[in-house]
Amino acid sequence: MDGTRAENAAMGTGVLPDAPDASVRMSCRHINVFYSGKQAIYDVSLNIADRSVTALIGPSGCGKSTFLRCLNRMNDTIEGCRVEGEILMEGKDINSPSIDPVLLRSRVGMVFQKPNPFPKSIYENIAYGPRIHGLAEGREDMDEIVEKSLKRAGLWEEVKDRLTAAGTSLSGGQQQRLCIARAIAVRPEVILMDEPCSALDPIATARIEELIDDLRKRYCIIIVTHSMQQAARVSQRTAFFHLGALVEVGDTDQIFTSPRERRTEDYITGRFG
Amino acid sequence: MSESSSPPFASEKALKRLRRRRAADRRFKWYGRLAIGFALSALALLLASIATQAVSAASYHVVAFDLDVDRETFGNVTPDALPPVDEVYRRVHEDLLARFPEAIDDPAKRHALNGLITRLAVLPEARAIVRDRRAVGAVRHVRLPLSDDLDLYLKGAIARHLTVPVGRVDAVQDVETGTISLTGEGAFTRLLTATSLEGVPSPGMLGGGSVLLSAGLSTLKASSLDSSGASGTLLTGTLQDFRTHPVRAQLILAPESERPVTDQQIAWLLALKADGRIARVPHWSLLTHTDSTQPELAGALAAIVGSLLTLLVTAALAIPVGILASIYLEEFAPRNRVTGLIEVNINNLAAVPSIVFGLLGAAVFLGAFGLPRSAPVVGGLVLALLILPVVIIASRSALKSVPQSVRDAALAIGASRMQTVFHHVLPLAAPGMLTGAILGMARALGETAPLLLIGMVAFVAEVPRSPTDEATALPVLIYSWATQAERAWEPMTGAVILILLTFLIAMNIVVVFLRRQFERR
Repeated sequence: MDGTRAENAAMGTGVLPDAPDASVRMSCRHINVFYSGKQAIYDVSLNIADRSVTALIGPSGCGKSTFLRCLNRMNDTIEGCRVEGEILMEGKDINSPSIDPVLLRSRVGMVFQKPNPFPKSIYENIAYGPRIHGLAEGREDMDEIVEKSLKRAGLWEEVKDRLTAAGTSLSGGQQQRLCIARAIAVRPEVILMDEPCSALDPIATARIEELIDDLRKRYCIIIVTHSMQQAARVSQRTAFFHLGALVEVGDTDQIFTSPRERRTEDYITGRFG
Repeated sequence: MSESSSPPFASEKALKRLRRRRAADRRFKWYGRLAIGFALSALALLLASIATQAVSAASYHVVAFDLDVDRETFGNVTPDALPPVDEVYRRVHEDLLARFPEAIDDPAKRHALNGLITRLAVLPEARAIVRDRRAVGAVRHVRLPLSDDLDLYLKGAIARHLTVPVGRVDAVQDVETGTISLTGEGAFTRLLTATSLEGVPSPGMLGGGSVLLSAGLSTLKASSLDSSGASGTLLTGTLQDFRTHPVRAQLILAPESERPVTDQQIAWLLALKADGRIARVPHWSLLTHTDSTQPELAGALAAIVGSLLTLLVTAALAIPVGILASIYLEEFAPRNRVTGLIEVNINNLAAVPSIVFGLLGAAVFLGAFGLPRSAPVVGGLVLALLILPVVIIASRSALKSVPQSVRDAALAIGASRMQTVFHHVLPLAAPGMLTGAILGMARALGETAPLLLIGMVAFVAEVPRSPTDEATALPVLIYSWATQAERAWEPMTGAVILILLTFLIAMNIVVVFLRRQFERR
């Protein structure tokens, strides 16, 4: 950890007045993303603090989801997508050939916009990740992982009696918490959330937000959201994207009360977006 | 926005538009129903026509014999000897001659008598004698199939015939050798009415049908007939029978010269029937015999086994290759010019006429590789090539229909690409892939043209034991039987078509069943 902080201090340029107190978990430097030659992200540099929630906000199509998907190399699965620049995690570029994307994704988990549980039992949904990574020694070990993950995701009380029921039989909000439990079951360090509440009703959204606030104590969380209220409620740091560029990043309080940039102010006051 | 003042559906014009729209909906629904009705009725017509054609092949007539398998003749038969067909057939022939002594001195009649049972009909029995040593020295009760024309006659397919009861006659006289006259006041009035109703010119007149008069075990062919008397030649039996038994007449509504069955043979059939030796039994030999030149002996077993062996080779090749190719193309291959070209070519291959694949098989597998002709292994290879594009296209579309979110979910928790595909994508795509594979197999089962070209049309008398043996396939058997001249082949062909359809329906039921299984999971 010390090494990472020292490196971060050494970088020191660009839009990087961030992560003052917590250590830096991921550090992105001069990221450019192209879809079949068309540029979607322009030179974004951003440090992400550990054990806190970073919210990415901005109007539709501003590239925040694309940027998020760079962090666990999910963009690899998109045909014709090219990522330039460095994303450092513990001092190593995650895009370098020596990094196995499969391994990376077990360290950087992801929760998607639409809940996407596997069409299998609740138990299997959680157990699949630990199983393929060999995290459980035996049956009891696995049971414990499943229980712990479901408890952390605040779903245990609701499903403990029907672990064999299909994951898809749960309600939308429960499915999303199941997906979060599935992501934390493989003990990631970072959790990426791509508009996790956009398909949920306000009550389910509130539960997820509570959960995010709770998870922040253990994980580094990056959340893309369309709702500025949500960003204000759950995040400690906020980054505002516009037209593929990072406009402003800072403490959430500062962004929402005294933004430095005119565009940020226009957006958060609802003048465009 | 000109009519913004009035509510949307208040104006006459708007209501009319609404009515037109509804009418169009209704019309379209009826077009759809009409199309489905047409398709269903065409299918029903097809099935009904095949079934009515095949139904007469479902059973056939057999004649019972008691064969004396004596030690003198058969004692030295060894298991590796040729089956003693001639010896067994001689027993059958002697049995018939003993029963119908009128044929002994008349070569023409003897020939006609031999026509009742063909020589090859005793082959299974001769084989059984070779196989089973205990048969020697005992009397075997066997039932041999009646020759195809006589069988068809009994089924009413050769010539229309009907039986009219005459009753007892008053007097029977032997006019001269072999000619008898029957007299009885008014005894033949009913028969005369029947003949004129059926349009049979009275016997003796040129070109008419025949009238056979039987009593007990004896039959005569009427040459003259009036209301109180009839006379004709005795075909078989004795004059005495006509004195002691009621008389029945059989009207045959086709002149003897225009049918393959003679009156003499019919008389013998009637006698054997009266003996209780002729029975109509289910035609299981259609499923247990191999092909034959005689329709009553022919069966589809070799073709069924040949088809199964061919399908086995096809399945072993086309299903794994097709599924793996589709997985690679859909899940792993980059989208570029090369894969685009491959995709276009696969789609084109699916549209290539099957006979072209047959030519390819003949040139490459037989010509260049020197594989055996007429063998299921070659047929299977050709059919595998034929259905490969179909399997690939079906499997790809099954994979395409799996939502991307499932792949994302698996990848995001660190599953490798292969784990993603095999643990999550394949189980969801399996029902669709399975359907594609089995529909491809069903197409392979029904293909004829490519098999003709690689020589699987050969006459196969032995059941193939391995994919390299000579074999034929069900559709090819249908083709070769349908091109035969004898009429007995027609119902046989229908029966084989039904066998083929049964296989196809069975495959489709398996698909439906497996789909349900997969979808329940």
